[in-house]
Amino acid sequence: MRPFTYERADSPAAAAAAVERRPGAKFIAGGTNLLDLMKLEIETPAHLIDVNGLKLDTVEATPDGGLRIGALVRNTALAADPRVRRDYGVLSRALLAGASGQLRNKATTAGNLLQRTRCPYFYDTAQPCNKRQPGSGCAAIGGYSRQLAVVGSSDACIATHPSDMAVAMRALDATVETVRADGTTRSIPIAEFHRLPGDTPHIETALMPGELITAVTLPKPVGGTHVYRKVRDRASYAFALVSVAAVVQRDGGGRVALGGVAHKPWRVEAAEAEMPRGAKAVTAGLLADAKPTHDNAFKLTLVERTLASVLAEAKG
Amino acid sequence: MHYSGDLDMTRRGLLLGTAATAALTAAPFRAPARAATVGETAMPPPATGADAPSLSPVLSKVTFTVNGQRRDLELDTRTTLLDALREHLHLTGTKKGCDHGQCGACTVIVDGQRINSCLSLAVMHEGGSVTTIEGLGLPGKLHPMQAAFVEHDGYQCGYCTPGQICSAVAMLDEIKAGVPSHVTADLTAAPQATVDEYRERMSGNICRCGAYSNIVDAISDVARREA
Repeated sequence: MRPFTYERADSPAAAAAAVERRPGAKFIAGGTNLLDLMKLEIETPAHLIDVNGLKLDTVEATPDGGLRIGALVRNTALAADPRVRRDYGVLSRALLAGASGQLRNKATTAGNLLQRTRCPYFYDTAQPCNKRQPGSGCAAIGGYSRQLAVVGSSDACIATHPSDMAVAMRALDATVETVRADGTTRSIPIAEFHRLPGDTPHIETALMPGELITAVTLPKPVGGTHVYRKVRDRASYAFALVSVAAVVQRDGGGRVALGGVAHKPWRVEAAEAEMPRGAKAVTAGLLADAKPTHDNAFKLTLVERTLASVLAEAKG
Repeated sequence: MHYSGDLDMTRRGLLLGTAATAALTAAPFRAPARAATVGETAMPPPATGADAPSLSPVLSKVTFTVNGQRRDLELDTRTTLLDALREHLHLTGTKKGCDHGQCGACTVIVDGQRINSCLSLAVMHEGGSVTTIEGLGLPGKLHPMQAAFVEHDGYQCGYCTPGQICSAVAMLDEIKAGVPSHVTADLTAAPQATVDEYRERMSGNICRCGAYSNIVDAISDVARREA
C-alpha cells in the first residue's frame, strides 16, 4: 500500500473541498472496497478524508412519503430498517444478498454505489485494463469473461457493476443527492448516475471531482410484490452471474432491473410494458442489443429463466 | 505445557524464527529477478494516480479500547486494525487469512458489530471499542461460544476459529436485534434462530478444514442455552 496522509472531515462541504483541493485525495467511509484496492495498489490515494463523522447515518421520511437514506447508513442497518422491509422489500432483499455479515456492517449506502468492478483483469495489475489505466487495452475481451457484461459494453471494456443494492435502487427510481465544495447540491436520478463504459470506462459515475454523495432518496412506495433473485456460483457470499430486481403489480405490470449483465444496473423501461406477456417478451426488450462473449452467452438464457421464476413467484 | 530450559519457547516464537530464516534465504534471489522483470516487461506499470505525489510513511495517533483496556498508539496511517492488534498490541488471537475480507479469519467485534479487521484502518477507530477473541474469554474462563466450539469439536487446524467465534457471538446478537438475512422467509417478521439462518449468516467465515457442521452444532447449542 502507498503511504497517505489522513484527516477527518467535519462537514460534507468541507470534505468535498478537501478532495477537490488535493490531487490524489479520496473520501473513505466503510473502506471495505477501497482498502482492498489500495492493498493491491489499484487505488493509490495520497490523502484520505474520513467522512464517517459527518452524521449522514439516518433514514428519514420525506415530505412526499418517501425515504431519505443518509450516505453513511450501513448496509445492515438499511436492510433491517422496518420501513425498508415493509415498503421497499426489493431493496432489503438485494442488500441481504450482497457480501457477508461482516462487510454489510461496515459498507455504506454511498460506498456501495461507488464500488468498483470485480473484473479479474481490473484486479490483475500485470494485465492491461482501460478502467485501471486508460488506453492500455482490455484483457477481458478475448479473455476469461464468464462473469462479465453481455449488454451495454464497448470495445474498451466489458466489466460489470458488482452491486446488488444499486439494482434494487434502479428499479425503485432512487435519486442520488450530492454536495460540491462550494456548498451547491444536486439530485442525480439513479438512471443517470452510473455510466456505460464507452471509450472512457475509467469514468464510472456522473460525479464531478470532489463531489460527495450525501444521501439516496426513494420516492413514495409503489406497492406490488417485491422480489430480488440472485443467481451465483455458491449459495451465499458471491457476486451475481445474473440478478433480477422486480416489483410486480396485481395486473402483471411492474418494473424489472438486472444485475450482473452490464456496467450499470440494467433497466429498459420500454420492455416493462411486456411484463403481463411473460419473461420471454420482457427479456427480448431488455437484452435486444446484447453482445455476449463465447464464455457468457449463457447469461441471456439465464436472465429469461430467472425472470420467469421471479414473475411466477410474484404471482404466488 | 512443561518445556524445560532451552526448549522453553512459544509456537509463535518458533514460527517467527522460521519465517525470518526463510526471508533471508529468499532475498538474494528475489531482488535481481524483480529488477529484470521491470526492465523486460512490455506490460504497463500499475496505475499509480500519476498526479499524486509520492509520500514517505505518515504517522498518526489513535486511541481506542481493546478488550476493556485503553490503548494509545502512534501508527503508520496504512496500518489496518488487524495489524495494529497483532503486530503492535501483540494480540495474536485474531488471525490474518486472506487480508482482503474474503475469509473472515480476522473478524473482531467493534462497537458491538462484527467486522473484518483487515479491511479497516486502525486510525479510523478513534474512541472505538474493540473486542477480540482474547476479550471474549481466556483458558479457565471461556466464553460460552468458546466452550461450545471445544465441546463440539468445531475446528481442525484452528486457524479460522477465533474469527468464527467472534463472528458467531455477534451473529446471534444480530438475530436477537431483528436483523433479517437472505434466507429469512418473511421480511416483516422477526428472524428465527435456525440452522439455515446460521449457515447463511456465517458465510463470511471460511473453514478450509470443513468443520462447518460442528461449528453449526456449537452455535445451535449456545443459542439454545441463551433462549
